[in-house]
Amino acid sequence: MEKKEFHIIAETGIHARPATMLVQTASKFSSDINIDFNGKSVNLKSIMGVMSLGVGQGSDVTISADGDDAADAVAAIAETMTKEGLAE
Amino acid sequence: MVKTIKGIAASDGIATAEAYLLVQPDLSFDKKSISDADAEISRLQDAISTSDDELTKIRDTAKESLGEEEAQVFDAHKMILADPEFTGAVEQQIKDQSVNAEQSLSDVSNNFISIFEGMTDNAYMQERAADVRDVTKRVMAHLLGVALPNPALIDHEVIVVAHDLTPSDTAQLNKKYVKGFVTDIGGRTAHSAIMARSLELPAVVGTDSITKDATEGQTIILDGLNGAAILDPSDEDIKHYQKLAKDFADQKAEWDKLKNEATVTADGKHFDIAANIGTPDDLQGVIDNGAEGIGLYRTEFLYMQSEELPSEDDQFKAYKKVVEGMSGKPVVVRTMDIGGDKHLSYLPLPEEMNPFLGYRAIRISLDRQEIFRTQLRALLRASAFGKLRIMFPMIGTLQEFRDAKKVFEEEKTKLVEKGVKVSDEIQLGMMMEVPAAAILADQFAKEVDFFSIGTNDLIQYTMAADRGNEHVSYLYQPYNPSILRLVKHVIESAHKEGKWAGMCGEAAGDNIMVPLLLGMGLDEYSMSATSVLRVRSLMKKLSTADLKELAERAVNESITNEDNKKLVESYINK
Repeated sequence: MEKKEFHIIAETGIHARPATMLVQTASKFSSDINIDFNGKSVNLKSIMGVMSLGVGQGSDVTISADGDDAADAVAAIAETMTKEGLAE
Repeated sequence: MVKTIKGIAASDGIATAEAYLLVQPDLSFDKKSISDADAEISRLQDAISTSDDELTKIRDTAKESLGEEEAQVFDAHKMILADPEFTGAVEQQIKDQSVNAEQSLSDVSNNFISIFEGMTDNAYMQERAADVRDVTKRVMAHLLGVALPNPALIDHEVIVVAHDLTPSDTAQLNKKYVKGFVTDIGGRTAHSAIMARSLELPAVVGTDSITKDATEGQTIILDGLNGAAILDPSDEDIKHYQKLAKDFADQKAEWDKLKNEATVTADGKHFDIAANIGTPDDLQGVIDNGAEGIGLYRTEFLYMQSEELPSEDDQFKAYKKVVEGMSGKPVVVRTMDIGGDKHLSYLPLPEEMNPFLGYRAIRISLDRQEIFRTQLRALLRASAFGKLRIMFPMIGTLQEFRDAKKVFEEEKTKLVEKGVKVSDEIQLGMMMEVPAAAILADQFAKEVDFFSIGTNDLIQYTMAADRGNEHVSYLYQPYNPSILRLVKHVIESAHKEGKWAGMCGEAAGDNIMVPLLLGMGLDEYSMSATSVLRVRSLMKKLSTADLKELAERAVNESITNEDNKKLVESYINK
């Protein structure tokens, strides 16, 4: 199991295009990938799940991946976070 | 049987084609217990995969005929269909509760919709509820075996019949095949009506009953000149309307001859007719109709069509394209006019009791200066490529104008210090739409370079009548002497200080208003591009000497809106 924490800096939080990019990135991997926020955990491959979390600016989220490609998945997600200006 | 349905003439022209009913089918169902969950799940999966194939086809068609932007919504729909949390939850409920797929789909979908709609501080998420609803409708239709209208797939000439047309409905229509539209509700200023005029499609709105009267495939003559739809027309009707259509085409051809002419009245006075635009794509229509400039570039579309605040570079590109495209003719750009009835999904504004009286336009720009400064920098950079003018919306006090001007000067100085090329002749003006400013126009005129009168808002604020509320629509009175007095005061105040005054609302292209405005000496008339030639032709026949007296009577002697309508009509008929 791979885990990584992110501090969300984007003004509008995780929504719209950045959320789509995160889901698309996660969907490329076979591992089970979850995003935890505020005591809730949802499938990062689910756009509706991710958006329904309503992650706002200044929130801390944890991404966890479980499976053969877990390490690669977390690395790719971290890259997307930076590229989309979601987290530093 | 021939049947004539009356409505409001919303866009000129006459068309004959088959009816295409853009109405929602009955998607009601009964809750059932099922015994074979696997069979039910496979029924669901079939409906999902058929929906997905359909969405792929619609997306591809939409991309080709309407462009990437409009097609994106279907990608969002496909993503929801592929969502494991969504479809997984529907399947799980079929298994756990032994209910039919329809019931399960409806429950899961309502659950997501209420989560999204509950995010009241985030307009973007609230809009996603609409996506979930759309996708659910499609899957439900396939589960129930009923046909769903797919306007993006229309492949022969039709007249669209609908209860109402939303912006997203209109965006999906293939302009090649849609010859006109007719709706149950709406007025001349409804979105669908404005869209029809800019596409030069005949349209009739507010018929009350057309979706009940017309049947799919029935022949319809749409008379956008008089506001009527004729169902199952007789041969005689068809002949009659062919003649009307020909007369209309002849008149348009006559107007077209004025394309490259200046706008001059019968007594040789020159005026400017400009066009209103929303995006650089509208430029072609402006050039095709021979406008003498752009009197209103509504930049809020740049913000509304984007998923985040448009960058300085994106804005610069759009402004430059417009300014360059007009080859030296003036372009008046209005800075962001958000708020009121215009919202941005990524910039949630507080809910207000009276949004039109609230946090909007320049009030936001002066408060959220980083947004305003980005826009001004983009405009300043674009100013080097043509004749750019800038105006601020919703200015109510002189202080607001001074503050906006100060921000403009600061950004200009910074750019010049960096060696960026900017024009030194950018005129700075303001919209005249707040009565407080109109009354004090003589003071404003000393500090601004020009005024542009926005009639829709000036009327709504002066008459204290919400322009979107049909119960008070009788108070939309552009010829009311109270409005005309304000307009006259604004024009005279500008002239006294050697400045110019224009008008950029619907009224600037109105056949009754134009003679009055000419009489008051309004300098610039900005309107839908498709009205330019009609108004130029009208002005050619009018003489300003007579109109001065007419305008004096309209302002000083008339009491009602109706008085002035009759006054001008009787003058024109003479």
